[in-house]
Amino acid sequence: MNRIRGFVEKAGWARIIIGMLLLSLFIAAPSVGVRVDQSITDVIARFGMNGIMVLGMIPMVQTGCGLNFGLPLGIIAGLLGATISIELGLTGIAGFAGAIGLAAPFALLFGWAYGKLLNRVKGGEMMIATYVGFSSVSFMCMMWMLLPYRSPKMIWAYGGSGLRTTVSLEGFWIHILDNFLAIRIGGNFLFPTGMILFFVFMAWIMWAFFHTKTGTAMTAVGSNPDYARAAGINIDKMRSISVIMSTVYGTLGILVYQQSFGFIQLYNAPFFMALPAVAAILIGGASVNKANIMNVVIGTILFQGLLTMTPSVINAAIHSDLSEVVRIIVSDGMIVYALTRVTRKSR
Amino acid sequence: MTKKTGFKDTISQIFVGNTVPIMFIVLIIFAIPLSGFSSGYLIQEMVTRVGRDSFLVLSLLLPIMAGMGLNFGMVLGAMSGQIGIILGTNWGVTGVGGLFLTMALATPLAALLGWMAGIVLNRAKGREMVTSLMLGYFMNGVYQLVVLYFMGKIISIKNPVLVLSRGYGIRNAVDLKGIRQSLDKLIPLKIGDISVPLATFIFIALLCLFIWWFGRTKLGHDMRAVGQDMGVAEDAGIKVEHTRIIAVILSTILACYGQIIYLQNIGTLNTYNGADQTAVFAAAALLIGGASVVKASIPNVFIGVILFHMMFVVSPMAGKTLMGSAMIGEYFRVFISYGVIALALALYVWKHLKERERARRSLRGAQEP
Repeated sequence: MNRIRGFVEKAGWARIIIGMLLLSLFIAAPSVGVRVDQSITDVIARFGMNGIMVLGMIPMVQTGCGLNFGLPLGIIAGLLGATISIELGLTGIAGFAGAIGLAAPFALLFGWAYGKLLNRVKGGEMMIATYVGFSSVSFMCMMWMLLPYRSPKMIWAYGGSGLRTTVSLEGFWIHILDNFLAIRIGGNFLFPTGMILFFVFMAWIMWAFFHTKTGTAMTAVGSNPDYARAAGINIDKMRSISVIMSTVYGTLGILVYQQSFGFIQLYNAPFFMALPAVAAILIGGASVNKANIMNVVIGTILFQGLLTMTPSVINAAIHSDLSEVVRIIVSDGMIVYALTRVTRKSR
Repeated sequence: MTKKTGFKDTISQIFVGNTVPIMFIVLIIFAIPLSGFSSGYLIQEMVTRVGRDSFLVLSLLLPIMAGMGLNFGMVLGAMSGQIGIILGTNWGVTGVGGLFLTMALATPLAALLGWMAGIVLNRAKGREMVTSLMLGYFMNGVYQLVVLYFMGKIISIKNPVLVLSRGYGIRNAVDLKGIRQSLDKLIPLKIGDISVPLATFIFIALLCLFIWWFGRTKLGHDMRAVGQDMGVAEDAGIKVEHTRIIAVILSTILACYGQIIYLQNIGTLNTYNGADQTAVFAAAALLIGGASVVKASIPNVFIGVILFHMMFVVSPMAGKTLMGSAMIGEYFRVFISYGVIALALALYVWKHLKERERARRSLRGAQEP
């Protein structure tokens, strides 16, 4: 009995309920005609697509900057890199590597400026981050129309200027990571080895970084700023590093997402991309000021699993499309829950 | 001489204290000639839009007084208003009587949601704004679940004007024939070519009076005390959490009425989009009017609504003249709405931190000798 209680306490009710729900969806799947192997493939693919963006939440949470609602900033850097890479006509590995290389300077620049801003608004980071994200997305909406892109693959066929809302990666670097050493079993199961390896690699870098001197200093800044100041740690610098890291992970995350999804989504698409990532890490058991890689892995599997399974099972069972509504309620409900929970603990 | 510097100080203080409104006035002065609209058209637009939107913006004032910042949870009120409108339309209400019946129908729901929001925000002290924003998104999901799946199935909605052909769920756009402009046109008034929605203005004036009066009641004073310092207010025997919940309930109910007034002017219910955006536009308008997250007054509301909507009206056409595309102007006004909220929030927190730093330094200086 004690062991059960200990487990419940450790995992938290929200996680257990969502886990049970996911399990019951998988059990119910065959009875309504949804293939389990197909579903597992989908969950793995979506885990790989979103995982790195969720990893990007860790550094800012650890240094006390809160949840990175400003993730769209990193995404925009990724979009710039991707579109410029296509503009230059790079394909295959070169195209993907080129997109990363071209996006990196933007990510570093945006992250640096964003870090500077957040250092001046300590205590109000999350709200300001949200609106910095929103306003930069809407600013880029104008830029996608005005920037001098020429590639006929990307601009509107008629007006002759301005980028399309979605740009296909067909013929450039679609599935470049997904197909690397991919394992195919039967007609319905596919394991995107390359993408998962990339996630593992990025997670390892994050893990290793937090075990360096700078990394431990960053954790100290988040868990006890007074102690950190007394120990002679430059708080603003540590916070800046964490913001830049979060932004870079957001950039890489969206590029991985795009190569699997097959399209670059521009204009309003990045608006609400921060919320699923935030919700995922919270479902994984992270709080507003504490997060680790386990939280990311568990949270992304649970959240993306729920998002994949609910529409397929519920649609098959009751013939109506609830997926969007379920996504909103689960992700935003989780965020509200997390925002209210932490204060109660610290009081 | 001292008088002169004093005058100079006041001038610079006016400029520093009102950076955002002044920026907007300059922007608009440039954009109006570019848009090519006539002054008559613009004045008519402004009169209509002040009538349409002021009530919604006014609903933000009380939580600011209670120190809870911008209540993005006002979308809960907007949603209750829309549910009231759906129920009212289902029963075929018409005219201004029908409009008030709709309001009466929606009030208990708005009060209930406001009470719930108040409890949630009490658990998130110090981060009310981001929590209320997320709560708004969350409730938008619940609203969609109710309106799109429950209505017609669990909640009896029979009117074919409302229900989708599949038998349940409300249509994407609902024509509000019965109550369209029923309040605006209750007392017809024309000044020159400009028609003035007099009854709506009277309604708004009554609300302003209420807010002014409320600020002078015991509860109003308590609210301000809570907004100043929760700890001190608690020690003074004020029920802090209770007072904050009341501020949120009132704000939610007012937002509900505001949304109903807004919809009777527009005349069409956009069922699934729109309610979640009301808070962003209302907050942006209030901040453009020179308010901050801790201080907002009734004049801020009206200045803000006029400036914000002037920009809203002229920017697509100005964008077309300048860049050859009206879409640019569309994106520009969205950018401005979000950007101004980001800017105002950042400026406020920054100023607040600086003041605290200065206070700490002066304390240290006093201790040393």
